[in-house]
Amino acid sequence: MTNFLDFSALGMIWKRDLIRLSRDRAQIAGSLARPILWLVILGLGMGSSVSGFGSGRYVEYLFPGIIALNLLFASFLSAISIIWDREFGFLKEMLVAPIPRASIALGKAASGATVSTLQGCLVLLFIPVVGVSVSWARVALALPFMFLIAFAMTSLGLLVAARMTSFEGFGTIANFVIMPMFFVSGAVFPLDRAPRWLSILSKVNPMTYAVEGLRGLMRGGVSWGFLLDLTVLALFALLAVRLAVWAFSRRM
Amino acid sequence: MTPAIAVSHLVRTYNGLTAVDDLSLEIPAGELFGFLGPNGAGKTTTINILCTLLAPDSGSAHVAGFDCLAQSREVRRAIGIIFQDPSLDERLTAWENLEFHGMIYHLPKLLRRQRMEEVLRLVALWERRHDIVKTFSGGMKRRLEVARGLMHEPRVLFLDEPTIGLDPQTRCRIWEAIERIRSERRTTLFMTTHSMEEATRCDRVAILDHGKLLVLDRPQALIARQGARNLEEVFLNLTGRGLRDEAASENEMLRTRVRRLKRWR
Repeated sequence: MTNFLDFSALGMIWKRDLIRLSRDRAQIAGSLARPILWLVILGLGMGSSVSGFGSGRYVEYLFPGIIALNLLFASFLSAISIIWDREFGFLKEMLVAPIPRASIALGKAASGATVSTLQGCLVLLFIPVVGVSVSWARVALALPFMFLIAFAMTSLGLLVAARMTSFEGFGTIANFVIMPMFFVSGAVFPLDRAPRWLSILSKVNPMTYAVEGLRGLMRGGVSWGFLLDLTVLALFALLAVRLAVWAFSRRM
Repeated sequence: MTPAIAVSHLVRTYNGLTAVDDLSLEIPAGELFGFLGPNGAGKTTTINILCTLLAPDSGSAHVAGFDCLAQSREVRRAIGIIFQDPSLDERLTAWENLEFHGMIYHLPKLLRRQRMEEVLRLVALWERRHDIVKTFSGGMKRRLEVARGLMHEPRVLFLDEPTIGLDPQTRCRIWEAIERIRSERRTTLFMTTHSMEEATRCDRVAILDHGKLLVLDRPQALIARQGARNLEEVFLNLTGRGLRDEAASENEMLRTRVRRLKRWR
C-alpha cells in the first residue's frame, strides 16, 4: 500500500485543483450553461409535446439524467488537466518528486471527482426554475452516489488522458465517449421500448446504471434495483481507477 | 567516498538517432560541474536519465549512490531540478507553488514554512509571495523556479540552463544563490549552460557533442592545453562552427499549436 498512497501528496494534488477551479470562472459558467440548454430548453420545450413518461412530466423524468450528464461531462473532461499539466511542465515537477506515480493518478481522480460533484450540484439550482418535485432529503441521499459516478468517470477520463499529448485528440475522443454514453443511458428517453440492439448496448453502458440509480434515489428511494445499480457502478469505478493507475505507473 | 554522480557507458537513442553515445563520467560530491555542448548534443537527455524521467537503452547511471533505474524513488529523494522549460503552476501564487513542493517532498509544516521564507527572501520574491505567478515577469518566474529547486535542500541539484534569457541582474541573483548553497551545504551542482563566462566559474566542465564526451577537465586546464584565449575558443575548436538544428521535442511542437489555438479563439 505504501507504493500507492502518499496522503500528503494526494491531499496537495487535490487541494491544488480545487484552488484552480475557484479561479476559473469559465469552467463554472460552462457547467451552468449545460443544464440551461438541456433542462430548460429540451426539458420544458419537448415536455410540452410528448407524453407517456409514467406518472410525471417529462422534465421530472429528465432531471436526474441531466445531473448525470453534468457529472459525466465535468468528470471526463477534468482529466484534461493532466494533459494541461504535461503541456505546461507542471507534470514534471510531480514526476521527479519522491512520490508514487499511483498517488498522482489517485489525487487527480479525487480532485476531478470532487470538482465534478460540485458541478453536478449546480444542476440542483434549477429545481425551482423547472418545477421538479424532489425533497432535499432525497437530494442529500443522492450526493454520495453522485460522487461515485464522478469518480468512475474521472478515472475513465484519466485512463484515456494518461498517455495523450494533444488537447485536440483528447477532445475528439471525449466526444466519442461522452455523447454515446449519455444517449444510450436512458437519460433523455426510456429504453424499454427501444430496439433490441440499443437496449443491449445500454446494458453494458455504466452510465445506464448511474442514471437509473440517480432516478431511483430521487424519485423512489433505495430499492433492490438501486443496489444493483450501485454494485455495477462501484465495480466499474474500481476497474477504471485501477487501469488509470496502471496507465500512469508505466514510464511516461 | 561515493561520487555524487556516476555514469558508465550510457546510451540512449530516439528513433534511430543516438542522443547519448557511450557516456561515462564521475562527479565527486560538492563539485560545481558544467555540462556543455551545442544544441542537440544530448545534455537534456542525460539530465532526464539522471533525474529518472527517462530510461537508458544501456549503461548505468547512479546519483547519490543510488541506481537511477532500480532505485528511482531514492534518487528522487536526493535530487532537485531546475528544468530548462517552465514548470510552475501559473494559476497559483508563488507561495502556493512552494507549498505544493514542500508537501510532495514531505517537509513537516514548521520546517516547510521556514524554508519557504528563506528561499523566497534569497531570490527577492518575499514581498510578492501572494501574487499569482501568471503576473510575474520571465525573470521572476525563473527566480521562483530556482527557489523551489533549493527548497528541499537536495544533495544533488541539476540546473538545465538556469540563466538563459535573463537580464544581468537576475543572472547575478541566481549565481549568488548558487554560490551560497554551495558554500553552506556543499550541494553538488550539475549545470548546463551556453554562457562560456558562466562555464568558466565551474570546477570542471565536460564538452559533449553528438552524444559523445569530447573533453572533461578544469576550465583553465582546457584553455591552457588548447592554447586558446578562453573557454569559448576551446568550445568552438572542439565542436566546429557549423550551426545546429535541434529537433523540437514533442512538447515544444504542442506548445506552438496551443498558442495558435488560443489566438484563434
